[in-house]
Amino acid sequence: MSAPEPDSAVPASSGESASRTLLVTFVVCLVCSVVVAGAAVLLRPIQESNQKADLIGNVIAVSGLLKEGLTEEQALKRIDARMIELATGDEVEGIDPNTFNIVKAGKDPEISTTLTRQEDVAQIRREPRYLPVYRIVGDNGDLKRLILPVYGYGLWSTMYGFLAFEADLRTVQGLRFYQHAETPGLGGEVDNPKWRAQWTGKVLFDDHWKVQVEVTKAEIDSSTPEAQHQVDALAGATITSRGVENLLKFWLSDKGYGPYLAHLRHERS
Amino acid sequence: MSYEHRKILFDPIVDNNPVILQVLGICSALAVTTKLSTTVTMCIALTVVTALSNAAISVIRNHIPSSIRIIVQMTIISSLVIVTDQFLKAYAFTISKELSVFVGLIITNCIVMGRAEAYAMKHPPLPSFLDGLGNGLGYSALLLVIGAIRELFGSGSLFGYPILPLDRDGGWYIPNGLLLLPPSAFFLIGMIIWVVRSWKPAQVEQPEFRIYHAHRPEVAS
Repeated sequence: MSAPEPDSAVPASSGESASRTLLVTFVVCLVCSVVVAGAAVLLRPIQESNQKADLIGNVIAVSGLLKEGLTEEQALKRIDARMIELATGDEVEGIDPNTFNIVKAGKDPEISTTLTRQEDVAQIRREPRYLPVYRIVGDNGDLKRLILPVYGYGLWSTMYGFLAFEADLRTVQGLRFYQHAETPGLGGEVDNPKWRAQWTGKVLFDDHWKVQVEVTKAEIDSSTPEAQHQVDALAGATITSRGVENLLKFWLSDKGYGPYLAHLRHERS
Repeated sequence: MSYEHRKILFDPIVDNNPVILQVLGICSALAVTTKLSTTVTMCIALTVVTALSNAAISVIRNHIPSSIRIIVQMTIISSLVIVTDQFLKAYAFTISKELSVFVGLIITNCIVMGRAEAYAMKHPPLPSFLDGLGNGLGYSALLLVIGAIRELFGSGSLFGYPILPLDRDGGWYIPNGLLLLPPSAFFLIGMIIWVVRSWKPAQVEQPEFRIYHAHRPEVAS
């Protein structure tokens, strides 16, 4: 530093400066930590309500209820959130699905289990033991749609999204990713409305309830029976497209929502 | 506002632009300029941080022991960045989600540290504040130009509003995907530096070495 001012050039080696150094360090750290902690604590309630609104906003968006002319408030009333245990497919009490953090749960060793390489189709390493599901109920309480949180690795990032099934539990109402960091313009197009629209009406299970879905680069021939399981891949984003296919396969398998879906099917038949 | 103060505030916008002349803060200029909405948020965040950190460091500049001055500057800057990030998460949630780590990375932005060390350590609070503000605005001016070009030609829109109808939505414009990728910002910054230095030749740096012609022409050929 070439400061000409005499007071900014206190010699660092003098005894007086050692205690002063400590004092300055202490005061700066104290003031800064109070400011940071204060901001974090004071703003936390607003941030949490933002996150909650964001999550439920995505559930509403994927539910297709807005397209039917409902307002967000009306749609919100139709959504019945439940927590389920993935391994058994049973509903569990005692965890609030509205404040459950999927991202954190997938990393917390307390409530998640490690997946072996073979099981880990979606490349998520750990799987939470519990996850929220959102049931859209009709006027007389019957299940109209089912919304499941899904996620898996694309090219750069874990993509978090929601999959909405029609009442038959095999036809897609919508698929939507709300958090990812794929390349803008290429893999990032997973949230392009036009690509998302392709998913509506696709069937993800075959007649024997085996998962059947393919994100393909080949031309889809709509006259074949396979077309209902096929979706056009994203241009220039092979790995992101494959990631979407893999994560659907994983979450619809027995490792994912399989047991829960089987329960629901059983209930309805 | 006196002439001096005005000069401190407006000089960094063209004549002494931190990005164009000093080539600082390039990383974030690549990362956040795919969309104007994120660009504007980032510009505001950086300008606020630079101005406030300059002011805060200037207030205590005579008490900072020179042996730990960099760490003290870092502490103040990072505290301000965290506070800014918390505010964005509370009041601009969607945009803060898109900016993700880049707000946090303002801590490492060379402009903030550079102004603290080069200016705020030697000048009183008001000029330091103006200097930080001016440098933030200089950074913002360049980022906004790049953000506008990238969003307009890369996605056919400005602030998310469609300007050029895209062919995939039935229009005529085929977006240039390169502009959505980080390297395009490099090319754009390079071109802007070229234009500004042709307009203001005083900004051209002296060459560090010169290639002389050989005395004997037959050697060169």
